[in-house]
Amino acid sequence: MKLRQLWNSIWPPLVAVILLLAVWQAATSMFHIEKWILPSPVDIAKEASSGAAGLWEHTMATLRLMLLGFAIGTGVGLMVAFALHYVPFLKSSLYPLIILSQNIPTIALAPLLMIWFGFGILPKIIVITLVCFFPVAVAAMDGLTRTDRVMLDYMRMAGASKSQIFRKLEVPHSLPSILSGVKIAATYSVMGAVIAEWIGADKGIGYYMMLQKSSFRTDKIFVAIAIIVAISLSMFALIALLEKWLVRYKPVKDNK
Amino acid sequence: MIIEKSISASDAAALEIQGISLAFRERRQELPVLNDISLTVPAGKFVSIIGPSGCGKSTLFHVIGGQLKPDQGTILMDGQEVTGQRGLISYVPQKPALFPWRNTLDNVLLAREIAGNANEAARKEAQEWLVRAGLGGFEKSYPHMLSGGMQQRASFLRGLLAPQEVICLDEPFSSLDELTRSDMQRWLLDLWETSRRSVLLITHSIDEALLLSDTIYLFSGRPASVLHRVDVPFARPRRENLAEEPGFLELKREIGARMRAEQSKKPI
Ligand SMILES: Nc1ncnc2c1ncn2[C@@H]1O[C@H](COP(=O)(O)OP(=O)(O)OP(=O)(O)O)[C@@H](O)[C@H]1O
Ligand SMILES: [Mg+2]
Repeated sequence: MKLRQLWNSIWPPLVAVILLLAVWQAATSMFHIEKWILPSPVDIAKEASSGAAGLWEHTMATLRLMLLGFAIGTGVGLMVAFALHYVPFLKSSLYPLIILSQNIPTIALAPLLMIWFGFGILPKIIVITLVCFFPVAVAAMDGLTRTDRVMLDYMRMAGASKSQIFRKLEVPHSLPSILSGVKIAATYSVMGAVIAEWIGADKGIGYYMMLQKSSFRTDKIFVAIAIIVAISLSMFALIALLEKWLVRYKPVKDNK
Repeated sequence: MIIEKSISASDAAALEIQGISLAFRERRQELPVLNDISLTVPAGKFVSIIGPSGCGKSTLFHVIGGQLKPDQGTILMDGQEVTGQRGLISYVPQKPALFPWRNTLDNVLLAREIAGNANEAARKEAQEWLVRAGLGGFEKSYPHMLSGGMQQRASFLRGLLAPQEVICLDEPFSSLDELTRSDMQRWLLDLWETSRRSVLLITHSIDEALLLSDTIYLFSGRPASVLHRVDVPFARPRRENLAEEPGFLELKREIGARMRAEQSKKPI
């Protein structure tokens, strides 16, 4: 029953992707497009399988960087949200600044961070943290402020302490909201890692892309993009699974 | 935990409300809701409040629970002033407000957990109560899997299992059908007559109030004030066929007439 539901939600986009690939393949051979401008899906697949060994190492490097950054970014986001939620003054003074800060493109900041913190892992982690913490912090704060009034009244009248209200009501109540923020952060963290590697690194998918760009190996760049998409998707799926398990008390939605 | 209490123990009332007044203020608009309310719940007695919808009954409970600060007046428990203190009453809110991420058993144990004594024995006891309240087999169900009435019963048990001596019930049976309702009333009656906790009950049903209470306070429309106090003379233990006795019908008529007179004062 569940498998069937899963299949029902997967096959339409799957068909669309396969169609797209087929059109792409047909177009490249029909219009004789040069391989260095747009390689065909078959070319890309061939390249991926022949260069797998070297790619594996780069992929692992990116994965490590991304996971570390994602964990730190999510942690910082949650802490910021909890702090701002509990200290109203902090919220009214810092929240606008945090929102403003999102207008600074991370790419613009990355070179600065490299200058300040060198080429080690620290500036890269900072870049990923910067892109990750925002969706988590906003989602968590939103969830916390929307705590159910009646339940809150009950907790207070029952004599619950602040920490009990936090642990037994506010956190579980905002969990679905927090997880939706974490889901966004998960995909952002992949992007953050690649950008960080573009700017300065000696391994990783981002570094690999830069390398291929200078030798016009479009097919290899496509392989890199495919890997990035795969990582993004699996991160998203992982968090979605986690969500399903943590928020298992919710009524099952029937897709209609 | 049902605390056994000898009725003659002390003269101090379990809960005493003295001259409580409160107005909600919003954007310079003032809405007076409670107007000089005084009432007493003697230890081990069952006291009910009947009043028109929207008059301020639930608000009074919020004041008793320390959730709202009264503009005037004091709350005493066992002779001690406790105005504004939280966690001293066990409370069954008007809306069940069960936590959706907790199953029925964990929901029922919440008040115990807050008090810090949700041990294995408490779980066992809660399980037994669930069976008695007709929720056996639903211990592991989440609230959205329960009917409205079942949720109300679970919420009721949560208040009942709370360790505080005074229990405040805000229309605990309002969303039950007639049969279940009278079942639950009988159940509460038996329960209460053996345990004798001090109870303050809000209800819309005159029958319910007469069947269960020692004293009934009639509230006026908003702002609520105490219109009248009725001492219910029927001997205990009471049975449900009490409702057919002439004395019962007499009192019911009297209270009904008073409430109707109060309702008709106000243009709708
Ligand atoms: N937090 C609040 N802010 C402003 N007004 C409120 C608030 N809570 C209640 N009121 C108002 O106070 C009045 C009394 O509300 P309350 O819930 O105490 O009524 P009630 O007697 O319990 O009614 P019912 O029998 O329908 O439950 C209502 O007019 C309501 O609009
Ligand atoms: Mg009410």
